[in-house]
Amino acid sequence: MRLTQRLCVSASNRTSAGMPANSFNGFTNYGVGIGLRIPHYHHIFQHQPVVDWFEIISENFMVDGGRPLAVLDQILERHRVVQHGVSMYFGSAEPLNREHLRRLKTLVKRTKTPWLTDHLCWGSVDGRYTHDLLPMPYTFEAAEVTARKVREARDFLEVPIAVENVSSYAEFHVSEMTEWEFLNEVVERADCGILLDVNNIYVSSQNHDFDPFEYLNAVAPERVAQIHVAGHSKYEKYILDTHDHPVIDPVWKLYEHAIARVGATATLLEWDDRIPSFDEVHAEARKAERYLPAPVETLVPA
Amino acid sequence: MTLAELQKRTAAAIMAPLTASDEVAGTWRSEADALIKANSRLQPLERLEIYSRSYWFRVLDCLYDDFPGLSAALGRRAFNRLSRAYLTERPSQSFTLRNLGEGLEAWLRAHPQFAERHLELALDMVRLEWAHIEAYDGPARKPLGPEDLLELGPELRLSLQPHLTLLELKYPVDDLRIAVNQFVEEHDSASNAVAERDKHRTVRRYRRLKPQAIHLAVYRAEDSVWYRRLETDEYRLLDALRQGLPMGEAIEMMLRASAIAEQQLGGLVQEWYAGWARMGWLCAAGV
Repeated sequence: MRLTQRLCVSASNRTSAGMPANSFNGFTNYGVGIGLRIPHYHHIFQHQPVVDWFEIISENFMVDGGRPLAVLDQILERHRVVQHGVSMYFGSAEPLNREHLRRLKTLVKRTKTPWLTDHLCWGSVDGRYTHDLLPMPYTFEAAEVTARKVREARDFLEVPIAVENVSSYAEFHVSEMTEWEFLNEVVERADCGILLDVNNIYVSSQNHDFDPFEYLNAVAPERVAQIHVAGHSKYEKYILDTHDHPVIDPVWKLYEHAIARVGATATLLEWDDRIPSFDEVHAEARKAERYLPAPVETLVPA
Repeated sequence: MTLAELQKRTAAAIMAPLTASDEVAGTWRSEADALIKANSRLQPLERLEIYSRSYWFRVLDCLYDDFPGLSAALGRRAFNRLSRAYLTERPSQSFTLRNLGEGLEAWLRAHPQFAERHLELALDMVRLEWAHIEAYDGPARKPLGPEDLLELGPELRLSLQPHLTLLELKYPVDDLRIAVNQFVEEHDSASNAVAERDKHRTVRRYRRLKPQAIHLAVYRAEDSVWYRRLETDEYRLLDALRQGLPMGEAIEMMLRASAIAEQQLGGLVQEWYAGWARMGWLCAAGV
């Protein structure tokens, strides 16, 4: 019997020849997304734009009721959502916060996020929170503590976890390795994914005088679940990760290099301050498509 | 140095109060040197300062966003002093900044000097603004409608929605909070200079707010927060229901301090219950 064949290509099954979707992002390939932000709610509900996916800040929706959850439910009716957290603090020496985990699991069930991300950082001490993404001391003890907490969170939440490299402005004397060696140490011990933020690599490379391509080349490509791009602010003596500008060319070059290493990967533009129109943010995000490999044409029997 | 020790020392340095010019105090220099590397452009203290400023500006902005009425009642400078003192003594104890102000009322009662001559006004406003936060995203239970209340009897027990807060206040701070909200909305597009001038006028006007005892319900309906003034008797009855009393005992409690004539009682209670049901305030007890 002859089968007529047709081409079936969509954002959700776009794959790269080099690196398929992996277990760290739930074997998905989501394409190019943007962060779900309040100033865009009206536009999204009125115009119902086609967006590959939205990233939400988990903590904004870990509430008991009201408008945040009503908005989220409306978004979930039409869009794919991935959760991104800012206060799990895998790197804090203290144990995970059980109330935080409980609320996060409730939200995971609501969104059905295929993977979940938070930062490779610390931010709380003795139950007191800085609400910042503080840089890790790159020590073996810190890697073990962090990896154990990532494993505990994954086991409780029952969803793949990827950790994001943060921008940093300080380094500790006690560090025993480079940041990228520490990242690899943690993800190997935890057997988790990486949310590779190429803007953060750029910012930290400028603040700490290292070669960002050396960092990128050291990252385990098979563990990259997602990529972040963003803009930043340059000051006289340092660069601040402000997410309030378009992505600069050197960061796109890093993105291009990352894609060449890891293949087509779910990519998200972060724009969190001085937020322009939805269309402007979306257009900036879609610049990433220039660097993504052409979709593989999947042959599907008619 | 262990991870725990490094984090305790670093957090202490970051969360220490900034100087009047928003710098890290020079007394932290040796600690910064001990913990943090210098680079070719920045000394350890300067690198620490990036984090310290970021921490303080974030939590101060958050407290201002949550308590704009308190800021209007006290004036921005006094509010700033209060905020820094509160956050120094009681840093965030929650993974979410939503809860940053949860200890503010108790703290202000223990530190009345930060409200200067406006303590009662400030306390009332703090209670209202915290109730506003609770109403915005607090839990809701299935409301009872008028059809669920056809047979009101003395043994009937009802609960109030968890997002609803009942407040007994000495000042009409709801008026001030609404005026502050309107001010923010109207001045979103105005120039900074115009906004600052108008804000000072608004602040001066409301700092002269006269005492007036009011009872208030702060609640959520259709995903918006509402304030509704209550009659004293209505407040007392709702407060008794919130305490879990059955309807008969709740009415008795209300009547102890009420001047309602007996012949008016039945109709008034029916009217109140119908109104509360329409607003979705009532839910089944004991869930």
